[in-house]
Amino acid sequence: MSDGFRIKGGRIDRAKPISFSFDGTVYRGYEGDTLASALLANGVHLMGRSFKYHRPRGVLAAGAEEPNALVTVTRGGGRSTPNLRATQVELYEGLQAESQNRFSSLGFDIGEINDLAGPLLGAGFYYKTFMQPKGAWAKLYEPLIRRAAGLGEAPRHPDPDHYANRFAHCDVLVAGGGPAGLAAALAAAQSGARVILADEQNEFGGSLLAETTATIDDQPAQDWVRATIAALNAMPHVTLLPRTTVFGYFQQNFLGLVERVTDHQAAPPSAVARERLWQVRAKEVVLATGAIERPLVFAGNDRPGVMLASAARIFCNRYGVLVGRRVILFTADDSAYAAALDLFRAGATIMAIADLRTNPTGPGVDAARAAKLPVMPGTVIIAAHGRLRADGVTLGAIGEDGAVRAAGDLPCDALLMAGGFTPTVHLFSQSRGKLTYDEARQMFIPGTSVQRERSAGGAKGTFALAAILAEGHAAGRDAAQKAGFTSEAHVAPQAKGDIPVAGGFVGAVPQPKGGVKGKAFVDFQNDVKATDIIAATQEGFRSIEHVKRYTTTGMATDQGKTSNMNALAIAADALDRPLPQVGLTTFRMPYTPVTFGSIAGHARGDLFDPVRQTPIHGWADEQGAAFENVGLWKRAWYFAKPGETMHEAVVRECMTVRRAAGLFDASTLGKIEVVGPDAAEFLNRLYTNPFSKLEVGRCRYGLMLNEAGFVMDDGVIGRLATDRFHVTMTTGGAPRVLAHMEDYLQTEFTDLKVWLTSTTEQWAVIAVQGPRARAIIAPLVEGIDLSAEAMPHMSVKTGTICGVETRLFRVSFTGELGFEINVPSDYGRAVWDAVWAEARKHDVCAYGTEAMHVLRAEKGYIIVGQDTDGTVTPADLGMEWAIGKSKPDFVGKRSLSRSDLVKPNRPQLVGLRTADPGFVPDMGAQIVPVANPAPGSSAQGFVSSSYDSAVLGRSIVMGLVAGGRARMAETVFITRLDGAAAPATIVEPIFYDPDGERLHG
Amino acid sequence: MKFSALALLKQALSGEPWPEQWRSPEPKPAYDVVIVGAGGHGLATAYYLAKEHGLHNVAVIEKGWLGGGNTGRNTTIIRSNYLWEESQKLYEHAVKLWEGLSQELNYNVMYSPRGVMMLAHTEHDIQSAKRHIHANRLGGIDNEWLTPEEAQAFCPILNISRDIRYPILGAALQRRGGTARHDAVAWGYARGASALGVDIIQNCEVKGLRRAPSGAITGVETTKGFIGAKRVGVVAAGHTSVIMQMADVQMPLESYPLQALVSEPVKPVMPCVVMSNTIHAYMSQSDKGELVIGAGTDAYTSYSQTGGLHISAHTLDAICELFPVVRRMKMLRNWGGIVDVTPDRSPIIGKTPVEGLFVNCGWGTGGFKATPGSGHVFAWTLAKGEPHPINAPFSLDRFRTGRLIDEAAAAAVAH
Amino acid sequence: MLLIECPYCGPRPELEFRYGGEAHVARAADPATVDDEHWTAFLFWRGNPKGLHFERWRHASGCGRFFNCARDTVSDVIVKTYKAGEPKPDAARLMTGTTP
Repeated sequence: MSDGFRIKGGRIDRAKPISFSFDGTVYRGYEGDTLASALLANGVHLMGRSFKYHRPRGVLAAGAEEPNALVTVTRGGGRSTPNLRATQVELYEGLQAESQNRFSSLGFDIGEINDLAGPLLGAGFYYKTFMQPKGAWAKLYEPLIRRAAGLGEAPRHPDPDHYANRFAHCDVLVAGGGPAGLAAALAAAQSGARVILADEQNEFGGSLLAETTATIDDQPAQDWVRATIAALNAMPHVTLLPRTTVFGYFQQNFLGLVERVTDHQAAPPSAVARERLWQVRAKEVVLATGAIERPLVFAGNDRPGVMLASAARIFCNRYGVLVGRRVILFTADDSAYAAALDLFRAGATIMAIADLRTNPTGPGVDAARAAKLPVMPGTVIIAAHGRLRADGVTLGAIGEDGAVRAAGDLPCDALLMAGGFTPTVHLFSQSRGKLTYDEARQMFIPGTSVQRERSAGGAKGTFALAAILAEGHAAGRDAAQKAGFTSEAHVAPQAKGDIPVAGGFVGAVPQPKGGVKGKAFVDFQNDVKATDIIAATQEGFRSIEHVKRYTTTGMATDQGKTSNMNALAIAADALDRPLPQVGLTTFRMPYTPVTFGSIAGHARGDLFDPVRQTPIHGWADEQGAAFENVGLWKRAWYFAKPGETMHEAVVRECMTVRRAAGLFDASTLGKIEVVGPDAAEFLNRLYTNPFSKLEVGRCRYGLMLNEAGFVMDDGVIGRLATDRFHVTMTTGGAPRVLAHMEDYLQTEFTDLKVWLTSTTEQWAVIAVQGPRARAIIAPLVEGIDLSAEAMPHMSVKTGTICGVETRLFRVSFTGELGFEINVPSDYGRAVWDAVWAEARKHDVCAYGTEAMHVLRAEKGYIIVGQDTDGTVTPADLGMEWAIGKSKPDFVGKRSLSRSDLVKPNRPQLVGLRTADPGFVPDMGAQIVPVANPAPGSSAQGFVSSSYDSAVLGRSIVMGLVAGGRARMAETVFITRLDGAAAPATIVEPIFYDPDGERLHG
Repeated sequence: MKFSALALLKQALSGEPWPEQWRSPEPKPAYDVVIVGAGGHGLATAYYLAKEHGLHNVAVIEKGWLGGGNTGRNTTIIRSNYLWEESQKLYEHAVKLWEGLSQELNYNVMYSPRGVMMLAHTEHDIQSAKRHIHANRLGGIDNEWLTPEEAQAFCPILNISRDIRYPILGAALQRRGGTARHDAVAWGYARGASALGVDIIQNCEVKGLRRAPSGAITGVETTKGFIGAKRVGVVAAGHTSVIMQMADVQMPLESYPLQALVSEPVKPVMPCVVMSNTIHAYMSQSDKGELVIGAGTDAYTSYSQTGGLHISAHTLDAICELFPVVRRMKMLRNWGGIVDVTPDRSPIIGKTPVEGLFVNCGWGTGGFKATPGSGHVFAWTLAKGEPHPINAPFSLDRFRTGRLIDEAAAAAVAH
Repeated sequence: MLLIECPYCGPRPELEFRYGGEAHVARAADPATVDDEHWTAFLFWRGNPKGLHFERWRHASGCGRFFNCARDTVSDVIVKTYKAGEPKPDAARLMTGTTP
């Protein structure tokens, strides 16, 4: 097909022809085209199908507000993007676009049957049917509806592109690069302010890019744009961001921008991000976001070939495309005459200019009359005809009585609508500014500001070019001044010769008595008709929020940019209430849809969350360890030898520890250094246990409660000096514990002189556990007497190991003789290697967290977060011994006496000896009194720890059981997912070496 | 007028307008019961008061428009796979009502039990998921464990690669969980209640709670004047503290912004609901085709109905990891609700220290799923002056005794 | 994202802070003497006002200090931040200057 509708002029580069395809047909366009302009140049108006009725649709607009022409662009390798507006897709060589939401082809769509069934499918029809029989909705109706709904197809493959993300600060952010924005940016920049100017289009200039008659500072408007951009570009403190949408306005002048970096390129370099999210904190903001033309609501206003007059003018002047040869205009606004004149000069025949106004005046009307264009005052379009392309209209004359009478048909191939402009107040509204209704001009404009911003130009309802430029200039100066920059005496650009927006119409166009056959659309994409809105009000939906939700008007991907005002006016009319009283739906971010990927940015794969690794991680990796995620940490889980299963490895690791010894990387253990003259008293108040009398060189188990009395953490605390403690805590709990301690230290116990420092990352911790532990480390340790007498269980000494300073703990989480060697992290790997070399002489192994869990469970040692769940008290754990009885107070103490916390029959930690020693219950299995409890039965508790113990040759189980400690030897049952609950006997929660002989060896 | 396919056809042929779905009356001087808040919970309460307790002299007063609060702002997830027995009974009661709600109300609320899958990413998650499954099965609630492969078979776009930062190690699936159409729930209850004589009074803000010298409630002061009431039920979600303050009742509540977002609509790609508590994200697909995505709350209390971009960003990070095919899709709309959160993340449904004043609040981020059950038991409570056995444990008093129902702590991560 | 004025470090983005709930909820010097009602109030009852809210923040990824903040929970405008331990400012006086 030839591009027969291409005319002279425009901003496209005719030296760079581009071939592209739409639904498999290859067409020609030029660099600078959008997909929409290039298709129109080829005479293609039919670009999409509507959501509900599958009506054939053409392009309505030329920019971000486009509701109809949605396409999927694919560029291979998972790069498929649905629901792109053809009016914003920049053409590149080889571009492949597909139409959407049609079953077969755009020209023949069986979904169009819905159009015929229209009377059945009115607003909210689905709430009134599909209810019988019960259950049929989800099984029968919903799947059908879901298949029919949706627009494009979601991509099928993971997106190979990447996205960037940056934060920025500026003095003045200007949103929108049309005349107001350019004037504002220039004025602010000339004052010396750091300026960011962002515009969603590929070039700056906004409406001026399609301006033909106006001059600015005595040069053609487009020349002024070029000069202004050059001036801004030359200033180092100005950042120009084309293809960048300011989509969100958050608290305290924080704005979200998305920059489309590569989508317009034929072959984007793989190293470049596809899009970039800018999060900008601006001292001052200028909103120069322009205005959007409204369609007029009449039957058939959605036919392909029916479009906004401003869009037709843009296609003509900016892209060199004639949208039709026989053109009819339907207007209530003087600016449409500029479109008529431009299309006329470009060679189109203007069949009629139907003007709703009975006595239109203005420069546009005058110029049209001078050019002998057929101006028809007091005329409406009653209906537009044609299925796949508009081919004619029925005109109506408005009589002196206001009644409309049919006034004959006219043929056409394009029909341009001009219902006036709606200021784009989205960002202003997002900033929480209050909108004001301008009764005379029937538009919402920015009222009271809440944040540091001001609007200028079309966004403020200002439409004459001279006034727009003056306002933009003033806004830029004001913003710079408020940001602390005194403006030099630059003057605002001067303009003349434009045909400004004047007039407009909201609501449904007057119709002949008795109505008109055919659908008059308000929301094009969601197929919401004027009659749907009226029907909703009749059904009791009186607030615009209700009308919106019931009819779905304004909820399509264009978010009602062209439809909201008409919907509101029709609802107000039907309810016979003033328009502002019916309300305006709130504007929420984003202004236009934003790619998930650009919001997520770099947060994928390993960068999704930071990875914390211990100094010994590399060694474990070399040994083939499997790792598990614990908080942000990667912990060595088990060390399987070739051919070993996980279970076999864990059995071997456990048995080796019990027989000889094992090495365990405990570096992830949380550590806080608590220092100061009141350190012991501070710990007294933060832990249940007493610390005042703990001797230097000794350790004590510490149990930490929250203020509600429930266990929140535990760990071993060693006293290094009278005023210095080495406090350890759970790996996952460390940040929480530090925050908890700081909270009390800074805000409650301000009388205490204590300093807290997180040392988790400063110490590598090598646990050597097992009967040979002392023998392994002895050759390496200097300055510490390791004998049982000098260094008993629960003691800490400082000295050196391999020449490196160490805090050596004699502690055990296995029940064996054990040491935990703390060395500065930088030496962690070297000391580990040395200990490992020594250990190998004793035929030992390294063990991971799984074996650690088994070994500690054999001894009945709890893990906070596994054997506790935030509802457990020290007494529930049988840990009354850990409570310092003589302490007047500690965090959580007062709550422990609340009535439910002292109730008998609370769940208490016990051991459970399964009748079948081979039965290892699920952790989380429920404890019940019978093997087959009826559904809906209550549980008596649950299994918190459950492992296969190699050393005992049977399963070991701990759980919290109601009143459990008084029920020793009682039989209970443990639920299974694959059969009846299995019996177990309640026993003490300690399974191995109950007398602790091995511990003290 | 009964809704049905036949009625739809008749209306289409005749062109007659449908009747109003609910009346919009002016308030009467007094009612037996006044419910503050015309969200789903409040309207359901009114409906069941009239339907099951014969109380027709009931008003629901609403500051804005009915269903305009959290009912119309949530991500519509329905499930009953809670850990504690008290919670299970409450939410399961609701699910049972959901199953027949469209027929009960003669309003298609589009309850769709498409399955709710909760992902496990760590060993701790697996233990927690298994505990839920065992507890749910015992409680007579369906919940099953899926391997990563089974999870992907249930939701084909799920990424079960072992190489991601938090690989999916399995999932707990409640097949009877799903979604419903949120607006329809409010509208359906409003229509049903109105037909039974309940007055729904919109655009009527409560300015005070009037009390007798004895301290008992006598009615509410509103922007439409004083409305007498023998009993007042406050069902005001995020604004509960504000209303209760009018009767000098302090509440264990904090109101947080909760954001949600939807994508542009696409053809069906997501057959179920997937939730990940560990990496904070959940997603389903609406009948219209939008991916419906939930985030965590913002960090601070607020009544602003907005939140920070970083909260949505964190959610989308997670969504793109779990479902890498959606990375090129676009966020269409983002909005915020105000959720009232209790210390144990469980609701408060019952009496207050003020005679005649009852409260139903504290649903936090998960109230939608409970709507029918919550209204049902609260109606009982208001009618009888005593809690229904199901809501008895959810008393205000539990914060004094320590008998908390802590669903959040049970999911806590440590070790 | 809020911009929060740390009294020690100056304005910083919200990401650096942790919210700490309502401020000026004092823990009794001797909790043992507090009855259940008052202890419950201390633990759980919160004003949760719609309007000016006095709250705690911690500059967790900065100086680590807790401080107090007066914020309008309707507009999220931060009216004032001040160091922990300083007296609670007069609410009425603060609200007159809410608009930035």
